[in-house]
Amino acid sequence: MPLLEIRNLTVSFDTAAGPFMAVQGIDLSIEPREVLAIVGESGSGKSVAMLAVMGLLPNTATVKADRMAFDGIDLLKLGPSERRKIVGKDISMIFQEPIASLNPCFTAGFQIEEVLRFHMGMDRAQRRARAIELMTLVGIADPEERLNSFPHQMSGGQCQRVMIAIAIACNPKLLIADEPTTALDVTIQKQILDLLVSLQAKYGMGLIMITHNMGVVAETADRVIVQYKGRKMEEADVLSLFESPKSNYTRALLSALPENAVGDRLPTVSDMLFEPAPSATGIGSASGATS
Amino acid sequence: MSPAVLEGKNIVRDYHVGGGLFRPSRTVHAVKGVSFSVEKGKTLAIVGESGCGKSTLARIITLIDPATSGELFIDGHKVDIAKHGLSKEMRRKVQIVFQNPYGSLNPRQKIGDVLGEPLLINTDRPADERRDLAMKMLKKVGLGPEHYNRYPHMFSGGQRQRIAIARALMLNPSLLVLDEPVSALDLSVQAQVLNLLADLQDEFKLTYVFISHDLSVVRYIADDVMVMYFGEAVEYGSRDEVFADPKHSYTKTLFAATPRADVASIKARLAKKKAA
Repeated sequence: MPLLEIRNLTVSFDTAAGPFMAVQGIDLSIEPREVLAIVGESGSGKSVAMLAVMGLLPNTATVKADRMAFDGIDLLKLGPSERRKIVGKDISMIFQEPIASLNPCFTAGFQIEEVLRFHMGMDRAQRRARAIELMTLVGIADPEERLNSFPHQMSGGQCQRVMIAIAIACNPKLLIADEPTTALDVTIQKQILDLLVSLQAKYGMGLIMITHNMGVVAETADRVIVQYKGRKMEEADVLSLFESPKSNYTRALLSALPENAVGDRLPTVSDMLFEPAPSATGIGSASGATS
Repeated sequence: MSPAVLEGKNIVRDYHVGGGLFRPSRTVHAVKGVSFSVEKGKTLAIVGESGCGKSTLARIITLIDPATSGELFIDGHKVDIAKHGLSKEMRRKVQIVFQNPYGSLNPRQKIGDVLGEPLLINTDRPADERRDLAMKMLKKVGLGPEHYNRYPHMFSGGQRQRIAIARALMLNPSLLVLDEPVSALDLSVQAQVLNLLADLQDEFKLTYVFISHDLSVVRYIADDVMVMYFGEAVEYGSRDEVFADPKHSYTKTLFAATPRADVASIKARLAKKKAA
């Protein structure tokens, strides 16, 4: 049984100019212990699809799906309070801006212990012990000292580690990482990716990596979904995606990598995508796809 | 060999952090004696992690901040803004493009005014000439005349970065400092902006100082590479030298940390995972 199964997910936002379809019929499933990467540019609906799973979208969003099940539980039928028991415990999420996602008014320790209190009902001593254990696990030096640090006293990489500690506090079955390293330096990015992959292997979590960085995909994923304008362009295991991409869009995305530059010019997505007729995978309207 | 547009000799920048009642003041050495030179039409890339002093160096090169000591030559002239201030001529010659195109444009200023403002401040061209020049520059960077009267919020990130580049080029600079110009952009848009920068460099014979932490971008755009670590230039050489044979341990760490997207390394990773 897949850990998370989504069939025909559609998310639309009510705007002044009528409904805007951010996600248009995405199918997705992830097995336990699998690392799935979702790749796409900004506006491709990759984050919105996952926020829909978490139930974190604003009221203006309408979520429709034929099926959205996590570990056998139908997420569509859950009320807010029941969903809250799953979200943050069995499914948890890490966001892009580590410094902005932590609450500046509370210490790192408080924010880790908050999850433990709410979901695990631990008492004060247990919470503290577990928080120190978690801080050590995510590789923060001096965990006892750092529990009392506020987010502004830590670097971006350390804040992201605290976010990861919060996310894995209750041993989730599925961890969703939304561009976890975009705001970080290359050397720190490497450390965070290694940490996520090692935690995934150690605890047998499912891991969904949302990213626009093909390098991150190559370094972490087992299977990849490529999304463009709210639709799925391609789904393949990581090796065949890089070896023989099937959709035009994936091919364009791969050739836009600076390391694949041939001669003086970088091929851009629009060069590749719209000169030959869009492939049968069906790209909606071509207009407005350039920057 | 064409003459060096930009030359720095032993540039040092210290910041004094003022102490309080019970705290002694201290000095932060942000840049510790860095030397470099860039020829006309070439690109020098400065690579390093946050806090290594690369943006401080960019501010010194752009003549925003003075260096504590050391000599800076632009087009062969020695510039020392701490002593002699900054002439209009110098202000025209060096321009900068910042990292975040969302933060570097005034949300209440129309694009036409954004582009006209450098001319208004630095030249005495009449309004209609300024307008013509702004229109021309919009076309150069791949936007259209219909964008002249729009506000920054109506543009995507890539378009905004084009506007920021256009603004920097309005005064015909000879040196352009690019402070992480593509790191906030998507991959496909990044490719477009990099192409634009390459085209503009050919057309206007521009000299670039390109600051980045993305080695794959640096490898694509740079002629020379300088790697900075804690305020020092630990490695400086031509692109091929640095990439083929990194000498300093930090450069090696940096290369090892850069994600590789080629099939061979994916195969190696999957094999390792299976074995584990």
